[in-house]
Amino acid sequence: MSFGIARWRTAFFASIRPNKMEKILLRNIDVPDFHRLATYESAGGYRSWHWVVENMKPAELIDEVKASGLRGRGGAGFPTGMKWSFVPKDSPKPKYLVCNADESEPGTFKDRLLMERDPHAVLEGTLIAAYAIQSHTAFIYVRGELAFGTTRLEQAVAETYQAGLIGKNIFGSGYDLDVIVHRGAGAYICGEETALLSSLEGSRGWPKVKPPFPATHGLFGCPTVVNNVETLAALPWILERGAPAYAALGTEKSKGTKLFSVSGHIAKPGVYELEMGYPFKKFLEEDCGGVPNGKKLKGVIPGGGSMPVLRPEEIEKVNLDYESVQAAGSLLGSGGVIVMDETTCMVRAAWNIARFYAHESCGQCSPCREGCHWMEKIFHRIEHGAGDPADLDLILNISGNIMGNTICPFGDAAAMPAAAFVKKFRDEFDAHIAEKRCTLRVE
Amino acid sequence: MALEFSPETLKKFEETVARYPKKEAAMLPVLYLAQQEFGCLSPEAIEYVATLMEQAPARVQGVVSFYTMFNTKPIGRHHIQVCRTLSCALGGAERIMALIKRKLGIDLGQTTTDGRFTLSEVECLASCGTAPMMQINDAYYENLNEEKTEKILDSLK
Repeated sequence: MSFGIARWRTAFFASIRPNKMEKILLRNIDVPDFHRLATYESAGGYRSWHWVVENMKPAELIDEVKASGLRGRGGAGFPTGMKWSFVPKDSPKPKYLVCNADESEPGTFKDRLLMERDPHAVLEGTLIAAYAIQSHTAFIYVRGELAFGTTRLEQAVAETYQAGLIGKNIFGSGYDLDVIVHRGAGAYICGEETALLSSLEGSRGWPKVKPPFPATHGLFGCPTVVNNVETLAALPWILERGAPAYAALGTEKSKGTKLFSVSGHIAKPGVYELEMGYPFKKFLEEDCGGVPNGKKLKGVIPGGGSMPVLRPEEIEKVNLDYESVQAAGSLLGSGGVIVMDETTCMVRAAWNIARFYAHESCGQCSPCREGCHWMEKIFHRIEHGAGDPADLDLILNISGNIMGNTICPFGDAAAMPAAAFVKKFRDEFDAHIAEKRCTLRVE
Repeated sequence: MALEFSPETLKKFEETVARYPKKEAAMLPVLYLAQQEFGCLSPEAIEYVATLMEQAPARVQGVVSFYTMFNTKPIGRHHIQVCRTLSCALGGAERIMALIKRKLGIDLGQTTTDGRFTLSEVECLASCGTAPMMQINDAYYENLNEEKTEKILDSLK
């Protein structure tokens, strides 16, 4: 059995721990034509899917993924296997699996890369997750703007239907699974899982109050699991090599590898795959080539636009895993790393992010609907020379009143960065207000 | 009723609805079909979709107004959408926007008199590593500078 050998080999390689990390998610990203089924299969693709359907019970599959330590890569970091285990086994209702491909977090472009260059890995992961919860209909909800990624996924789905990998009675097992690629229509909030489900139900993308959680009351009130693209794309490897091989990577609580999208003032922007727990400073300076043009680092957002900015001295001892970034006062989030050099106006950066949330608030909860626009206006007036000394405390007050007072995490995502910019770069805000102009812009 | 799908689009509509577990789940794909067929989602188009989907026009209108990719007014052949979010802003998106406005002689939300271009500003398009960037219709144009942007605009007729 080739699988047994593959697993034995992994155990062997894991024991010698090579210096250069073996890639899991990006292992085939540069292979030409990898979006075609034939190329994907020639590299061992869909072997995990065969293995799962032919040899595994859903409960065994859930246990395997629990043992791997895989956590949701959309931003929240919730254990994937545990999320699956909340789906009731005896529900008479249909169950749904949704791949969340609505990537829109500022500074994040990893899922787009996977969809465009390795769509079959995303699809195979989707199939495996659907099997785990015994869903017969899976959706891939793709962000509307990502037309190319949508086309690639649609082609991948059509190829797998043709090859009999999905559809009715898969591999003679009696298990049926249909996959629908669904295109969003432009709304950041639809990346939030309950908003995504509202959108998939044909409504405005309004988040719903939790509990009840989607695992019991999701799409059309039926048990539903929503998993991120990157989470799902890790599944074929985990099933191929076994949970221990994945759990051998990373830290005690943050297992495996994670993708980081690096942008802003950095010599080598792009998507990087790192073993969890990799030193942040080393990553920025060595792997990404550091801040270009001899400039100094001023601040870095580690986990997408929703997360608090960190000052250079705050990242000294930070490692890229959920716990370490949290201990430093921010969050790993989506792994969207935005680097800002010393020429960056932090008031303008704060305004830019606040404007994003003002534009994207769905408008359901008053603190967020009102607060996001209010904060945007305040940052705008400070940047444009009309700020008041009381404005900074006002920002902290508004963000404090949004935090925890909305039905979805969007409110926190708007409040956290606003407060962090003000607290960590207060001198710069004070100077803007005192001098009644942007102190960094050469007009 | 003034507006109606062509027989081919009507067939696509039926196929689309049949794929979903419930008819209302097909709302977004059906609105895309209507936008493609009618050019934009005018009140008449919304009313027609409401009839097809067996829903109140107000409900369909509510969906249309929630999403940025549905246009309720006609737009130009090439819809330019420049990303303005942080990574693109750090990479010089404002300069790209200023150039486009100057070159086309239009402001945000406007369409050139020849109907060639409509200009919009949008939030993060997941292309931050290749900032600044813009999307024109379905295509991404990345790593922009002023010279490259000018060439791209000139190439679109």
